[in-house]
Amino acid sequence: MVSSTAMAVVNGVANPLPADPRRTLLEWLREDLGLTGTKKGCDHGQCGACTVLVEGRRINSCLSLAQLHDGDEIETIEAIGTPDKLAPLQRAFVTHDGFQCGYCTPGQICSAKALMQELADGWASAQTEDLTARPSPTPEELRERMSGNICRCGAYSNIIAALEEVIAADADHQGTVA
Amino acid sequence: MRPFALDHAASTAEALQFLDDGATAIAGGTNLVDLMKLQIATPERLVSLRRSGLGDIAQDGEGLRIGALVTNADCAADMQVRENWPLLAKAILAGASPQLRNRATTGGNLCQRTRCGYFYDTSQACNKRDPGSGCAAREGFNRIHAVLGTSDACIATYPGDMAVAMLALEAVVLTQGPSGEREIPIAQFHLPPGDDPARDNVLEAGELITAVRLPAPTGGVQIYRKVRDRASYAFALVSVAVDLTMNEGRIARCALAFGSLGTVPWRDPAVEQVLIGEAPSSALFAKAAEVLLKDAQGFGANDFKIPLAARALAATLNDATRTGKA
Ligand SMILES: Cc1cc2nc3c(=O)[nH]c(=O)nc-3n(C[C@H](O)[C@H](O)[C@H](O)COP(=O)(O)OP(=O)(O)OC[C@H]3O[C@@H](n4cnc5c(N)ncnc54)[C@H](O)[C@@H]3O)c2cc1C
Ligand code: SF4
Ligand code: FES
Ligand code: FES
Repeated sequence: MVSSTAMAVVNGVANPLPADPRRTLLEWLREDLGLTGTKKGCDHGQCGACTVLVEGRRINSCLSLAQLHDGDEIETIEAIGTPDKLAPLQRAFVTHDGFQCGYCTPGQICSAKALMQELADGWASAQTEDLTARPSPTPEELRERMSGNICRCGAYSNIIAALEEVIAADADHQGTVA
Repeated sequence: MRPFALDHAASTAEALQFLDDGATAIAGGTNLVDLMKLQIATPERLVSLRRSGLGDIAQDGEGLRIGALVTNADCAADMQVRENWPLLAKAILAGASPQLRNRATTGGNLCQRTRCGYFYDTSQACNKRDPGSGCAAREGFNRIHAVLGTSDACIATYPGDMAVAMLALEAVVLTQGPSGEREIPIAQFHLPPGDDPARDNVLEAGELITAVRLPAPTGGVQIYRKVRDRASYAFALVSVAVDLTMNEGRIARCALAFGSLGTVPWRDPAVEQVLIGEAPSSALFAKAAEVLLKDAQGFGANDFKIPLAARALAATLNDATRTGKA
């Protein structure tokens, strides 16, 4: 049972969680809250199109039951920028043609935003040689760290170029400009 | 998904109570929700472990105690893990994706089910999903299947990476259940299929993984080599975990575990015995592979795993012994 007070804060607004425990976080965001920026690709954790930030961390919203997010702070693509006020990551995706159809893009941008925070926090990846050293954002590192987001249009190299630009502009990797 | 009730345990004791009443535990949900969507798992009651007080990493003598609800991401980011048990961090980071690792937990990862395609397809015969129905994989697409530890009933692998590192590191799975607390060496945790493939591990009804304990660090060279169809975000075809110490040009000690090769994370002391006390050479590594694979049996599409495992072992040992510390 979900208690009647179970809430999650989505893009700064508190919302009661859905009554049906089967509702995934993805369905709740899209179908109940109308936040359709987040996409359903595979619905099985295999593509990353549904990536959102929960407590600042990227997750696949398709594999998470909404009722498990009581008290969580959730951020979706709708809060990252707007058409007339693009976030630096969004602007860089446009500059570098980091998409074709755009279906994977909200997930890519949310993922990239979290990636910058993970770099700032010093998290290692499977490409990190010295696990205890500060990771550097090499193309190999960025590709590995973005590997949870599939792009069927194959915009990968342009996505990495966009990320490199934003990371270079944020030279101390503080995750501030994403 | 079939309808179900969802409760939220506020403590370990409460979680155990719900489990005792027949509920199924849900941690990150990255495997269970998937299985519920496909109606392979149809629990009537779930209990969320999120607030059950199992989310900490703590020093345990010279070892480390990793709570069952610690996420894979947090475990791999933990500085003690990175410094003293790098094999574990490497294996975790080789698995899934950053998004999945942020949800996947230590306990859930150990209990993840196979990725056999027939297990996921409810129109197919599968003894693991539907005991007695047969095994479509034996004569079917079995490229990802096991070559060690199989039975007539099932040839599926345990697909995960984390447990392979834990096996080489001699971790212990700590549980609580209706019959009290247990400390299960990880080598005994997963069950080969035998004639009961529906059962993946030794957990009893109502039993909860509370933590995994790592023994004191060995100080060895630790490498996790994962061979797969693409560079990232794919399960292993074969993986090798090694923790090895050299002394005066010889292998002084070594622990080796293999993933996606057997039906369970695979460790064979006879392989380590071949290596210990010897100077590294390709002939020695080939001999170790021969011992490892002497009972290996392919089923057609997965025959390639046998030579692949031999080469992955040689390559891993080559790296480990060349960078080996005294
Ligand atoms: C696309 C994809 C790719 C993946 N790739 C990899 C990979 O390359 N390598 C890899 O290792 N894994 C991979 N995974 C699997 C992933 O690691 C597991 O899904 C995850 O670790 C499961 O953890 P969870 O907390 O989400 O478990 P859940 O889904 O919550 O639970 C899984 C099972 O464990 C049981 N359980 C959970 N916690 C406990 C506990 N404390 N005590 C007793 N039982 C418990 C549940 O009842 C359930 O049966 C992948 C998954 C996906 C979807
Ligand atoms: S290998 Fe095991 S899991 Fe796969 S179809 Fe056969 S019985 Fe089922
Ligand atoms: S829709 Fe969630 S990972 Fe594909
Ligand atoms: S832009 Fe089309 S899927 Fe990535």
